[in-house]
Amino acid sequence: MTKPKISIQQVGKVFGEGHHRVEALKDVSLDIADNEFVTFVGASGCGKSTLLRIIGGLEYHTAGEVLVDDRPIMGPGADRAMVFQHYSLYPWLKVMENIKFSRRLKHGRENLSEADVEAASGRADALLALMGLTAAAEAWPNQLSGGMQQRVAIARALMGRPEILLMDEPFGALDAQTREVMHDLILHVHRLEKPTLAFVTHDVEEAIYLADRVVLMAPRPGRIDTIYKVPLPAEREQDMKHTPEFLSLKKEILARIRETSGMKTDQGMLDQLNMQETA
Amino acid sequence: MPSSTRPRRPGMWAIRGPLSRRQYWLFAALGLLAPLGLWWLASSGSTVDKVFLPGPVDVFNRLVTWYTEDDLMSDMGISIYRVTTGFLFSAVIALPLALMIGTFRPVQAVLEPLTDFIRYMPAVAFIPLVMLWVGIEESSKISIIFIGTFFQMVLMMAEDVRRVPLAQIEAAQTMGAQKGETINLVIFQAAKPALLDTLRVTMGWAWTYLVVAELVAANSGLGYSILKAQRFLQTDKIFVGIILIGLIGLVMDQLFRLAHRKAFPWLYLKS
Repeated sequence: MTKPKISIQQVGKVFGEGHHRVEALKDVSLDIADNEFVTFVGASGCGKSTLLRIIGGLEYHTAGEVLVDDRPIMGPGADRAMVFQHYSLYPWLKVMENIKFSRRLKHGRENLSEADVEAASGRADALLALMGLTAAAEAWPNQLSGGMQQRVAIARALMGRPEILLMDEPFGALDAQTREVMHDLILHVHRLEKPTLAFVTHDVEEAIYLADRVVLMAPRPGRIDTIYKVPLPAEREQDMKHTPEFLSLKKEILARIRETSGMKTDQGMLDQLNMQETA
Repeated sequence: MPSSTRPRRPGMWAIRGPLSRRQYWLFAALGLLAPLGLWWLASSGSTVDKVFLPGPVDVFNRLVTWYTEDDLMSDMGISIYRVTTGFLFSAVIALPLALMIGTFRPVQAVLEPLTDFIRYMPAVAFIPLVMLWVGIEESSKISIIFIGTFFQMVLMMAEDVRRVPLAQIEAAQTMGAQKGETINLVIFQAAKPALLDTLRVTMGWAWTYLVVAELVAANSGLGYSILKAQRFLQTDKIFVGIILIGLIGLVMDQLFRLAHRKAFPWLYLKS
């Protein structure tokens, strides 16, 4: 058995104390393999974003351990780039400058030869092309559509060659058509750049289409409920969304999310509402 | 027969209705000229004493004599110097403090309640203390302007810094940014447009403290001239002083707006 890239071991997270104490995560364990694509879904409050932020080092866990390459994580780092839902681009920098932002950091400049600098410049151009942004290189972020902005955010995250890419509902604010294009783009990036990918979403179809494994989490306390291996070929195509395997998995996951959400339709309440209307 | 079945273009009195550029300037001119007309009307009758309400012509004549006989330019110069110096001192100290308050919670906890407390103290009441501690030189007038603007400025700037989206900060951290880099390359850069706006607003407040500042042993300046004119019942001179302060403030405001446009072009893109 090969070593996992990310190893999450009995991780717990408690927010607040006393009356305000909330157990956001309890006893979460999961191994993610190198170059694996894992998506996280679950009812709101299941702690999927919190877990992602813990891996990213943006949140600290109050129990257990998170190992990356067998080393415990100590805060955020360039090896684990994160893509957010929105507002993460720097509006005062043009698209190309945004993508090259990490070059301004000490971390990105240490022990660099001239050849490295040139290679970096070439990489920025390549990422721009990969994302279909070449024409927008000199645009300001607020001149771009939401989909284009997220492409810039992804290119910027990839610039430092992170081994792990964390995505927190990156397409949540995009319309359905743009989202489909972004799905194929991110799969392409995954094949090409081979990062390990952890991806949080509330869209079950998205979760299945992208992932090797879908991790379903449940709330109160936040925990892993079920892990589904996606029974689709590695090379994904949009048509696969209509196959029986895809549809039945989607139905199964949706049903399970409903069961674990703790919300149910109260028939008695509905009847009461109807009675008042007819009265 | 009805002319059309289509809904008509909403008029300017529709809720949040449209207003063409020409219409806008027409209304703006009305808003500026109407008070002037009313003023002229009210003062032109023989019923109102000139000492009580001088007319526009009297005020204009006073402006001319102030310029030709009483060295208006040096009064304006010294007042502009006092306001801008007090304001700049305030800005230079407030900026780093605000960055720290908006970034580090302990600094916020130490400084914000204190600042909140001091800013409610009336700047005028500090005059005796300023005279005692700073003396009655130029520095005392600058100190009053400083006291009047600094505490408001710190709090507003700290709020600007706090409004920087967390995602922008966290994105930098996951690209390997250190603490100092995050502050310099992200937080400060992101807050700059709001900070300049805060400077623009507080510059206006600095001008409102001019008269107060020139209460302290001054013998020149617009605020001082207004106070002196009061003693001699030169109502027309009071009018000139007040209007000039307003106009200088307006010019400075416009300069700040221009600087904002030049410095942050991405905020002014035509869509």
